[in-house]
Amino acid sequence: MLTTLLIAYPFFAAILVMLAGSTNAKRLALLSSLVQFGLTIWAWVNFQNNADVQFAMDEVWMPSFGIHFSVGMDGISMLMVLLTNLLMPLIILSSFKIEYSRPAVFYALVLVMQSALVGVFVAQDAFLYYIFWELALIPIYFICLLWGGKDRIRITFKFFIYTIAGSLLMLVAFIYLYFQVPSPSNFSHEALSTLHLDTHIQGYIFWALFIAFAIKMPVFPFHTWQPDTYTEAPSTGTMLLSGIMLKMGVYSVLRWLLPLAPLGVAEYGKLAIILSIVGIVYGSWIAISQKDIKRLFAYSSFAHVGLISAGIFSMTLQGLQGSMVQMLSHGINVVGLFFVVQIMEQRLKTREIGEMGGIINKAPVFATLFLIVLLGSVALPLTNGFVGEFMLLAGVYQFSPWYGAVAGLTIILGAVYMLKSYQWAVLGEAKEGFEFPDLYASEKIVLVVIAALVIVLGVYPQPILNLTEPSIKHLLETLTNPINLSLR
Amino acid sequence: MNAIIALSLLGIFTLFTGIFNWRKAMLPIVVIGLAGVFVLNGMDYFTTPSWYADYTHMVIFDRYAVVFSAALIMITAMLFFLCKQYYQKEDNNISDIYGLILFTLVGGMLMASFSNFAMLFLGIEILSIPLYILAGTKRLEVTSNEASIKYFLMGSFSTGFLLFGMALVYGAAHTFTLDGIRQYTDAHAGDLPTIFVAGIMLMLVGMLFKVSGAPFHFWAPDVYSGAPTLITTFMATVVKTAAFAALYRLLFYTFGSAKPIWFDALWGVAALTMIIGNFSALYQHGVKRMLAYSSISNAGYLLIGVIAMNTHSANSIFYYTLVYSLASLVSFGVLMLVTQDNGGDDSYTAFKGLARNNPALAGLMTLAMLSLAGIPPLAGFFGKYYIFINAMENGYIYIVLIAVANSLVGIYYYFKVIVAMFAKDTAPTKIAVQPAYLFALVVAAALLFVLGIFPDWVSGLMN
Repeated sequence: MLTTLLIAYPFFAAILVMLAGSTNAKRLALLSSLVQFGLTIWAWVNFQNNADVQFAMDEVWMPSFGIHFSVGMDGISMLMVLLTNLLMPLIILSSFKIEYSRPAVFYALVLVMQSALVGVFVAQDAFLYYIFWELALIPIYFICLLWGGKDRIRITFKFFIYTIAGSLLMLVAFIYLYFQVPSPSNFSHEALSTLHLDTHIQGYIFWALFIAFAIKMPVFPFHTWQPDTYTEAPSTGTMLLSGIMLKMGVYSVLRWLLPLAPLGVAEYGKLAIILSIVGIVYGSWIAISQKDIKRLFAYSSFAHVGLISAGIFSMTLQGLQGSMVQMLSHGINVVGLFFVVQIMEQRLKTREIGEMGGIINKAPVFATLFLIVLLGSVALPLTNGFVGEFMLLAGVYQFSPWYGAVAGLTIILGAVYMLKSYQWAVLGEAKEGFEFPDLYASEKIVLVVIAALVIVLGVYPQPILNLTEPSIKHLLETLTNPINLSLR
Repeated sequence: MNAIIALSLLGIFTLFTGIFNWRKAMLPIVVIGLAGVFVLNGMDYFTTPSWYADYTHMVIFDRYAVVFSAALIMITAMLFFLCKQYYQKEDNNISDIYGLILFTLVGGMLMASFSNFAMLFLGIEILSIPLYILAGTKRLEVTSNEASIKYFLMGSFSTGFLLFGMALVYGAAHTFTLDGIRQYTDAHAGDLPTIFVAGIMLMLVGMLFKVSGAPFHFWAPDVYSGAPTLITTFMATVVKTAAFAALYRLLFYTFGSAKPIWFDALWGVAALTMIIGNFSALYQHGVKRMLAYSSISNAGYLLIGVIAMNTHSANSIFYYTLVYSLASLVSFGVLMLVTQDNGGDDSYTAFKGLARNNPALAGLMTLAMLSLAGIPPLAGFFGKYYIFINAMENGYIYIVLIAVANSLVGIYYYFKVIVAMFAKDTAPTKIAVQPAYLFALVVAAALLFVLGIFPDWVSGLMN
């Protein structure tokens, strides 16, 4: 019931925001997202730390098609819901200094997206999951289309077509699996993951699902929509895309790809790791040479997500647990980074790193908070990025030391482009007549919260690890059964 | 059966209202009359007719017929709400137009309920002849006249094929009743005589003309784009639904056991129709023409439902035609307003900036486009889904993959409309819409939503 509330509440809040009109839209949206966050915390407090699906609800939705409205949260889902509902108030608050035209529509779309995202993370029925997956795409498409940058029409369109293409493949795979379920056919996660199809078929299933999720994450070579879309989207949209929506892909690998096609993963998982690692190096390499800071962070996000995906496909406890921690950390850091970009762009009317410099002299508070977020992203020890990346690398290393070594480049290369960007943009002498007002109150709140989370999670990540460990262990147990040969 | 009689009387009565010049009362009479017909039709749903007892083997109102007829009546009634604003200038002949639309509906209902080839033929003719006239009701426009004559020539041509096919089938089976022919087909399933096979094929060609399946689709774009938009809407919704009801009824009740004969051909036609329809729609500059090609591609998806032919097929075809009709009604409805407002310009540019001054219309159009593109949770998605699982159930995975690839192409051109509407550059004027007009569009759009979330409400009506 609580899970359903978490889905339904933002949706009704969206309607309310729409009705309330433009003047109070942002405040109302913030308020409702805070309430949602409160509900989530309450759910977390009441969450039993075991592998069971909790707060579950299962109602028949379309009886003749075997489709259920089945939702519930295990540790993995709980973490994702936490991530979504934690970031949402921050994202909304971070947009307070931007004057979006037609704010009522804008914030309503943001809240509808929140509803769909929660739905994706808690659905236990493949069809329901698919509906939410697609539903999440509509608001972000319109957010990018209506409030995006100059080249938005072409780029958002590419983004849309790309993702839809992937999800249609996924749909075909789901329908195929649906017909393999002994009568009466249904879409429940449990039924689909206990089919025991042969390796050949699971190979097809693997690819259909993998491509869908790889586009969303994105994994090399399905990433070409990503830098453009991140750059052209309005900054709130970029945060939604990189902070939360990207995690839909990662989460879906854990929830659907691994259990539904374990033999496919055993067969092609290695290839997935290689692609992910190629993405890490490639993304980092391109990030180094970027002049536009938003684009730089877009490529850095692409590189970081490559490591997460490599960690998952290593199929080790460290790798999977690391991916959980890193999803949360990456969400927090990337929202922080894109918020920094937004602040600089608003004040300087440019995103070119070469035209910045000397900000530290005018805005020391901003510079300090930026540094903390940046260090978190570079994965300095005692920041949140370190915990996740370390575990992920350990996981990949267990899979193969060589892969681990190459994937480890992410830390070095990440440090290169991140610190370089900081050096050029923030340090140095200010030019003559250079103005950079320091943070306003709302901006300060967002950045302080993010910086605090960076440090707190870096020092004490244990609650997160505890939250997901039973579910991850359970997942690994079910997987190692058919594929233990390939792991040795 | 009573519904057809009542509807014919209503049509004749409408013509009389024209004579007595009861302009004001005309629309209420027609709408209330249609509501009555809807109820009469619905009453047949609960009686189970036996195959032999009904109307000397001519028509049979089984659930299939009743359900399809209900959809036809409902969509027609909604179209009448659009009539008044659309035919403002042709006010003198309005009763003729109303009457003709009602007669077309009679034909459509016969096409859903025939149990004899004679009635199939009559149904098609009763449907077509008023349509030839309706296509030319914008008398002063060249394109309307062109559409009318083209439709007439092509329609008669295709009916020729159909008749020839019927004659050949009769030659082999010595009967016109569906039941008799089915017995013949079942009895000779392995070794059907060539004359019978040729008959099936010729009938199929005739029917494929009617549903605009490639390569017999070439009349459709010209006729659709030339005819008055309201009549185009009628063709894309009611006429298309009736044609598919007839095609499926014909194949299922008579030639079901001869499936190996027509399966490959129809499989190819389905694939070709989707591909030609979609890729032609990509390159259109006018939205009306784009919708015409989209109508062709949708016929392709529907043909997948026809070839699947299992226990769910009739339901899936019904669901798909219903939601496609609703989405078409909305999209053509908005198109009509935009075109009139822009002095006859129906290109994508005419839609630019629509969201700014007419947010309601833009919202409706967006819903319709999302539904046509098959984006959940709108009903169009579920329609496609239903058709696809239907085919997958039989293991026809390749045609489903082709269809999936095609729906991706479809998204491209449907979204072009959305993108144009939300473009910032130009701001057209506020378009005046009559309340009745808006009401019909809103109801249709709301149904797209509701049926998408609760497809079960209508998807099992024939069980």
